[in-house]
Amino acid sequence: MAQEQAGLTRRQAFERRLRRRSMMIAAGSTGAVVLAMVLLIPRAPGWERVKQSFFDWDVVVRTFPKLLNAFLLDVAIFAWSAPMIAALGLAIALARDVRNPVLYPLRLFGALYTDIFRGVPVVLVVYLVGFGIPGLGLSRPWNSPYIWGTVALVLTYSAYVAEIFRSGIESVHQSQRNAALSLGLSGSDTMRYVVLPQAIRRVIPAQMNMLIALQKDVALLSFIGPVEIFRQAGVFKSLLANFTPYVVAAAIFLVVTVPATRLADHLIARQNRART
Amino acid sequence: MKLRLENIQKSFGDTRVLDGISLDVAEGEMVCLIGASGSGKSTLLRCINLLEPLDDGAIWLDGEDIADPALDPQPIRQRIGIVFQSFNLFPHMTAEDNVMLAPRRVRGLSRDALRPQITALFDRFGLADRMGHYPDQLSGGQQQRVAIVRALAMQPEIMLFDEITSALDPELVGEVLEVLKTLKQDGMTMVLATHEMAFARDVADRVCFLDRGRILEQGPPAQIFTTPTQARTRDFLSRVLNTGQAPAA
Repeated sequence: MAQEQAGLTRRQAFERRLRRRSMMIAAGSTGAVVLAMVLLIPRAPGWERVKQSFFDWDVVVRTFPKLLNAFLLDVAIFAWSAPMIAALGLAIALARDVRNPVLYPLRLFGALYTDIFRGVPVVLVVYLVGFGIPGLGLSRPWNSPYIWGTVALVLTYSAYVAEIFRSGIESVHQSQRNAALSLGLSGSDTMRYVVLPQAIRRVIPAQMNMLIALQKDVALLSFIGPVEIFRQAGVFKSLLANFTPYVVAAAIFLVVTVPATRLADHLIARQNRART
Repeated sequence: MKLRLENIQKSFGDTRVLDGISLDVAEGEMVCLIGASGSGKSTLLRCINLLEPLDDGAIWLDGEDIADPALDPQPIRQRIGIVFQSFNLFPHMTAEDNVMLAPRRVRGLSRDALRPQITALFDRFGLADRMGHYPDQLSGGQQQRVAIVRALAMQPEIMLFDEITSALDPELVGEVLEVLKTLKQDGMTMVLATHEMAFARDVADRVCFLDRGRILEQGPPAQIFTTPTQARTRDFLSRVLNTGQAPAA
């Protein structure tokens, strides 16, 4: 014992013992929980049916390629929506800071906008915009659900993104603004070169979380037409009378969202460390 | 007179912070404002720079009333440099970019056109090898000197200093005060709010004692520090000089 711990300080040796003990406890309790699940869940009366309809390996093999293909549509909608959301969100955040009386309507609009679109469920906006606007009798291609589904996502998400940008702008200390103004910089240059670069850096982790939420909410467009992964899984469900395609779809989402969530958490942790 | 303050009034809510301040500053003069915390020194400097709007009174800069509320403050601020207690460098820019931002945006000069002048300024204040550093890579004294260079790069007509050594470790105060002596030799017109009594005594042309938003007493440092006429000035000086709050410059 004494030999093994040669070179360690008393504190280090103590902490190593503590670490080993808590690792053993953690392993023991995890093992117990997994064992209980493995033993108990199959004993539930409906387990055989659930296994067949949710975890049928043959169905996984049959549906995976087409589901993955459909997921590319989700990714594409995400990819063209995200930059529009960022641009519109930033514009609204800036509009709410405007002090020029000529631009007052812009400021009022910014406040109304964020109130309305943060207050309505995304799926409702998708329905109302996706069915309502093409219902005006627009002709092809202007009645496409891709266009109006995208518009619905952009409207909703830019309201959230705008609020996050605004909190970032407000978090930059007044003394930074004063330093810039005292050098003779204009208000807009102060915002552009001094406040915004700091504000945007601070809200990147929070905006990452919005991106993850957006990637998931793209599936809501299935309600108005596009055959993306959720809708494709529904088609398979009806065809095969089996729910496994939904599990496959969920797994495909996780492959994308879990690493993204980890990255966001990592960025937040790094920022918290940098501040202390 | 380079700068003339006339009956300056400023309140924050019900609190009267500046209560009729009048002061003349001649070209090339260094005026030190001393007084307890809350006596109005910082607010006065921020008013001169138009960061705080005045309630009443006038500020004449070269014979022009810059306190006219209808004036656009932006071009006036370019003529008046200010350095703050907490440096307020832009943390996302290198020292060089901090200094270049205003001349580039406001005077429309290119980096290349600015570089000789800026490099000379950094060099002059011992910062030649720090131009590419970010503020958090610099000591407090270096940051404050960069902040001074940043203000000087706009070639201001007068400079204001708001307790610029108060946030510094004691061993870094000297290098910043040296910069002020250099500027005085250059003939820069300066108004300082300071707690560095020894520096004020040795370097200032005139010392003003502020108390509750008024200039209670002013005169050459030799007179203010040795034979103050007001009881409150004597009180203040005996407190700060006896507690050693003013290390030698």
